[in-house]
Amino acid sequence: MATLQIEKWERWFLYATVVVLVAFFIAIIASIGEAGIHLPTDEAQVDPAAVASGDVPPFDNPGVYEQPDGSYQAVVVAKAWSFSPAEIEVPAGADVEFVVTSTDVIHGFLIADVAVNGMIIPGQVLKVNATFDEAGVYDIICHEYCGLAHNQMFGQVKVGGAG
Amino acid sequence: MTATLPAETATKEVVQRKWLKWQLYLGFVGLLIGLLMGALQALDRAEINLYDEVGLQTYFQGLTLHGISLAFVLTFTFANSFLSLTTMRSLERPLRYTWMVQASLVLAFLGVVLAAGAVLLNKASVLYTFYAPLEASVAFYLGAALLVVSTWLISANQLFTLHAWRKDNPGKKTPLLAFVSVMTFLMWDLASLGVAVSVLGFLIPWSLGLTTGNDPLLTRTLFWFTGHPIVYFWLLPAYVSWYMMIPKQVNGRLYSDGLVRGVFILFLLLSTPVGLHHQFTDPGVDEGLKMVHAVLTFGVFFPSMVTAFTLVAAMEDGGRRNGGKGLLGWIPKLPWGNPSFAAQVLAMMAFALGGASGLINASATVNLVVHNTSFIPGHFHMTVGTAVALSIMGICYWLVPYLTGKALRFRGLAVAQAWTWFIGVLLFSRGQMASGLEGQPRRLQVSEATFIQEGWEFHNVTTAIGGSIMFISGLLFFIVMIGTWLSKKPATPAELDMPISETIHGGSETPSILDRIGLWFIVAVVLVVIAYVPVFLTHSYNFTSQGFTLF
Repeated sequence: MATLQIEKWERWFLYATVVVLVAFFIAIIASIGEAGIHLPTDEAQVDPAAVASGDVPPFDNPGVYEQPDGSYQAVVVAKAWSFSPAEIEVPAGADVEFVVTSTDVIHGFLIADVAVNGMIIPGQVLKVNATFDEAGVYDIICHEYCGLAHNQMFGQVKVGGAG
Repeated sequence: MTATLPAETATKEVVQRKWLKWQLYLGFVGLLIGLLMGALQALDRAEINLYDEVGLQTYFQGLTLHGISLAFVLTFTFANSFLSLTTMRSLERPLRYTWMVQASLVLAFLGVVLAAGAVLLNKASVLYTFYAPLEASVAFYLGAALLVVSTWLISANQLFTLHAWRKDNPGKKTPLLAFVSVMTFLMWDLASLGVAVSVLGFLIPWSLGLTTGNDPLLTRTLFWFTGHPIVYFWLLPAYVSWYMMIPKQVNGRLYSDGLVRGVFILFLLLSTPVGLHHQFTDPGVDEGLKMVHAVLTFGVFFPSMVTAFTLVAAMEDGGRRNGGKGLLGWIPKLPWGNPSFAAQVLAMMAFALGGASGLINASATVNLVVHNTSFIPGHFHMTVGTAVALSIMGICYWLVPYLTGKALRFRGLAVAQAWTWFIGVLLFSRGQMASGLEGQPRRLQVSEATFIQEGWEFHNVTTAIGGSIMFISGLLFFIVMIGTWLSKKPATPAELDMPISETIHGGSETPSILDRIGLWFIVAVVLVVIAYVPVFLTHSYNFTSQGFTLF
């Protein structure tokens, strides 16, 4: 019976590889379970044309709303080539949940300084969260190609009266 | 041995080699277009906008050309050509059907004409990801489909040839070179089903006006079903060369036949059920399912680590047999003056960085920092843009003499080509990754963007310089090729044969389970079913999205 030949040093190299990969993966699980960093997940489906004609709450009234618990919800509609509202104002320290959809093509939602990163896919509702501890102006950049003026599509979060 | 007369067999082989040579040259057209577009993009990073001057309407038109001509045309036609030739050489017979070799080239050519034509007319500036509901001309989708069909024909021909070989050689193990060539295409056959369903089932009927509503998340998920394993379809032809030819080129030996088979089996199994790691930030996809794919993505890192060890071991064996002594003394004894070796060993070094950055991208939550930023093109220009592209150039330094019977010219220039590409990509990726970590999005036309932040500029100039060096390096490759084509100097006898490694532990020592191609294909299908059936069962189908042409 033939057996698979693996050189001794290679065997140890591969054990080390497995250990490193497992350790990295445990760190990822910890980032979700312990640090509470979540990926976007399945929320809800909408009809993009109905969103465009203002028939789908909450997207019929884009804007930022304070919640009973003191956090904020920002309802954002993306279309080529702007975000509505273009500016979102919250106080420093605000916890913000962004609820976002698109009325036309796929857009992106990147607020790099707070590691908010999501795809805005027509027909789907994106929910992402961030805490804005420091006052300042944070750019929201569309990071998915959406046509001619893609590189002019951005919005802003103005925190603590900045800007 | 075979039913055909030797003379007929020889003629058949000559005809097939000619068609496979032109398949390779079609890839060169892709490489040249890709290089030109890449240069325009690199210059734009330094705010030098030349799109009007060259007659292109937009940056994204050029970016679409860059993507399809390199990621589809160069890679597909190279795999078609190279892995047909390795199968023929390994099984010591021409491919079973000459018409399939011919049809593959005809379809690939038509695919290029249709897809590139649509893009040049600005009817398909949808990037190589062609996400619906951005709507391209039907010619673009049809062209992409024909390119894929050209690869299926090669795969089918390989399988028919292997079947005939087995009938003539009952009980023998598949020769290793044929095994890895066939496995690469089998992996791709399974992987390409996603984009085939997307294009044939949804995008073509939709762009013809036969259907109205679209589900952009569904076509996106189908794209990424194929979109990750496609990187292994780009990479594995280079692996075939790294495993099967580089040891021979350095006068070393491959350690174990069985381990190589094991690595290619792992790629067949693990390449496809990982696609959701490109959709970590997508809404509408369950977070738990994303994590399942994340685990499997970590799994597919494993065979590349086996590869890293095995290849360095084979090179050390060669360096020592060349007289190298001591811990590192074998390194200077490697054939650094051989451009084929130099290009490929530098490609491997870039791949070490590319692989490590890929693991960052695969790390679900860490990916939130880098997803769709410039970090990503920084990563994949070290993988597909160098590990694959520079290896292809390195392989061509023996493959073109092998196919044309002409000696390679300008060998020193070819060595310089390899080094300039390597230095160029290190600068390029350094700029892209650093700006990405500072929040710069990818698919960015710097000269037109309205949200450029201070701090990005230095990195972007680094990218521009690196990209320009890569462009110059690409031109050097074509100078070497043109010099070789025009040369009257015949190839040496050594150049007329394919370099094939010997193994220390050969096929006779390999457990026969590692030669069960059909069995492993079934296991791969089962894994894909386990990883993707829940995705498609839990998907909330929503065909309400209309098409938009915004370019």
